[in-house]
Amino acid sequence: MTALELNAHTGPERSRAHWLLADCWNITRRSLTHYQRQPLAIVWQLGFPIVSVLLYGYVFGSAMKVPGGGDYREFLMPGMFATTMTMGFMSTAMAVVTDAGKGVIDRFRSMPMAPSAVAVGRGAADLVVACAELTILALTALAIGWRAGGGPLEAAGAFGLLLLLRFSLIWVGVWLGLMVPTPESAGGLYAVAFPVTMISSALVAPSLMPGWLGTAAAWNPVSSTVTAARELFGNPVASGGTWVEEHALLMALVWPLVITLVFLPLAVRRFQRLSR
Amino acid sequence: MSASGYAVLAEGVVKRYGGRKGAAEKRALDGFDLAVRPGTVHGLLGPNGAGKTTAVRVLATLLRYDAGRVEVAGLDVAREPRGVRGRIGLTGQYAAVDEVLTGRQNLEMFGRLFHLGRAGARRRAGELLERFDLVEAAGKGVTEYSGGMRRRLDLAASMILAPAVLFLDEPTTGLDPRGRGEVWDAVRALVAGGTTVLLTTQYLDEADRLASHITVIDRGRAIADDSPDGLKDRVGGDRIEVVAAEAADLPAVAKAVGRVAGGGLVVTDDTGRRVHTQVSDRVAALTEVARALQDEGIAVEDIGLRRPSLDDVFLRLTGHGTDLEVAA
Repeated sequence: MTALELNAHTGPERSRAHWLLADCWNITRRSLTHYQRQPLAIVWQLGFPIVSVLLYGYVFGSAMKVPGGGDYREFLMPGMFATTMTMGFMSTAMAVVTDAGKGVIDRFRSMPMAPSAVAVGRGAADLVVACAELTILALTALAIGWRAGGGPLEAAGAFGLLLLLRFSLIWVGVWLGLMVPTPESAGGLYAVAFPVTMISSALVAPSLMPGWLGTAAAWNPVSSTVTAARELFGNPVASGGTWVEEHALLMALVWPLVITLVFLPLAVRRFQRLSR
Repeated sequence: MSASGYAVLAEGVVKRYGGRKGAAEKRALDGFDLAVRPGTVHGLLGPNGAGKTTAVRVLATLLRYDAGRVEVAGLDVAREPRGVRGRIGLTGQYAAVDEVLTGRQNLEMFGRLFHLGRAGARRRAGELLERFDLVEAAGKGVTEYSGGMRRRLDLAASMILAPAVLFLDEPTTGLDPRGRGEVWDAVRALVAGGTTVLLTTQYLDEADRLASHITVIDRGRAIADDSPDGLKDRVGGDRIEVVAAEAADLPAVAKAVGRVAGGGLVVTDDTGRRVHTQVSDRVAALTEVARALQDEGIAVEDIGLRRPSLDDVFLRLTGHGTDLEVAA
């Protein structure tokens, strides 16, 4: 019974699907243990959106008018939710580039585990963190007077769309994390991420921007999620009346699907190219 | 262990980089051969850029190769990579452990990813922490570990399955002498447990201390394959070297040194006022030359024994030294 001997050596015999799930869960658990080991890191990560809400809501908000009327802080909150989801791809990219640089990804690849678990487990952990971020942000928003007037189902739908955006950006983060050589150079990605969130409807209605910039902002995938979330939360929408703004709900589904369809294969290919 | 009887067997392995979009093609491995007997430590010795790391990455299933045949622990690496992964351990050039987790959390995580199950992973982590003398530091984050401790944790992580073959890619690079000693002790303990080790290193003395067999690699090709003693004999073995205080004393120094020369050439280097020759019995040679010089009243600036370095090996085997840029 050679098979039995092997089993005694390599642990319990289970199906391939079982080990795939177990591998993913173990990678997820590892990422979440990081937060447990570094409580300060999560304070920073969750504290930053709160500070942003207060800064934009009260410093900028005092000078802001929402086209078509409505309270600016009501208008702002869905924008802050989406901005936080968008910036999340940076933490994915950072985690991946750190693992790649330290040889941890090579170690995983030299082990008999499922290779896909490295990215899938990471993504699952990122979504758990995204849920925590949305919870903290929503509580802050409620504390400063924001209300979701559209009903609980609609509100759940809005949070679902926000998480869908975050999900699609996991693959952008994995791909970028495997592209850039060091965590230091990954830090430079903030210079790209920042304009991407600013040139959108998150903080200012595109109709108030110069023509070409307004068009770019309206077509930004982040804007579709923001506008859709505003509609579902029952917050001021301030639509400029363009096609993409009028079909925000549809586009908030289409954009993340397109991003996933483009960047998931790119990330997979990049991962496979590690063995070339 | 396998039809070939070797724990690791590589035949004519070629690994090409580049060659696309007009970029010059580079052969990181260019007909690389290697045969490692089970239960031994085999040294893979070469300078930076010789192809050591590429070779290890190919053997450990991390890199695909373009031509040749590779068998590890009895399995074909190209056809059964997953099977190979269940029988090997890898310690790369950087301690590939999770910096944030504790030592114990690292080993338990890797154990679960090696499919030992939760209880199995916990038990194995406990055993390895003890074996690698990390019990006290087990609850500390890896950021608090010294270089040697990190390396030991890294080694422990690659030993979780008690692999048939362990690849160690420059395991002591960047460590202080104490850390190197710790790693060497750990490697010796592993081999005593029956593991086959392939060790890459730039240091001849490291290969000499640990390996029973050494393959020298240069430009992606094995250029020598011998025991450490055999290799040193080919290079010229240990040398005694005397630096005279006065250039006029050089002939007398050469005469004194000549008394212990084991049949080899006595080399006189006028500009450096140096005389050196190969010796077999190091201590006896040193004593005898020192006494002879003292008897004749010759003042010397320096006298000592020199072991052949990787540079010497390379110069002898290839005629171009270890500096590939200059040679190429």
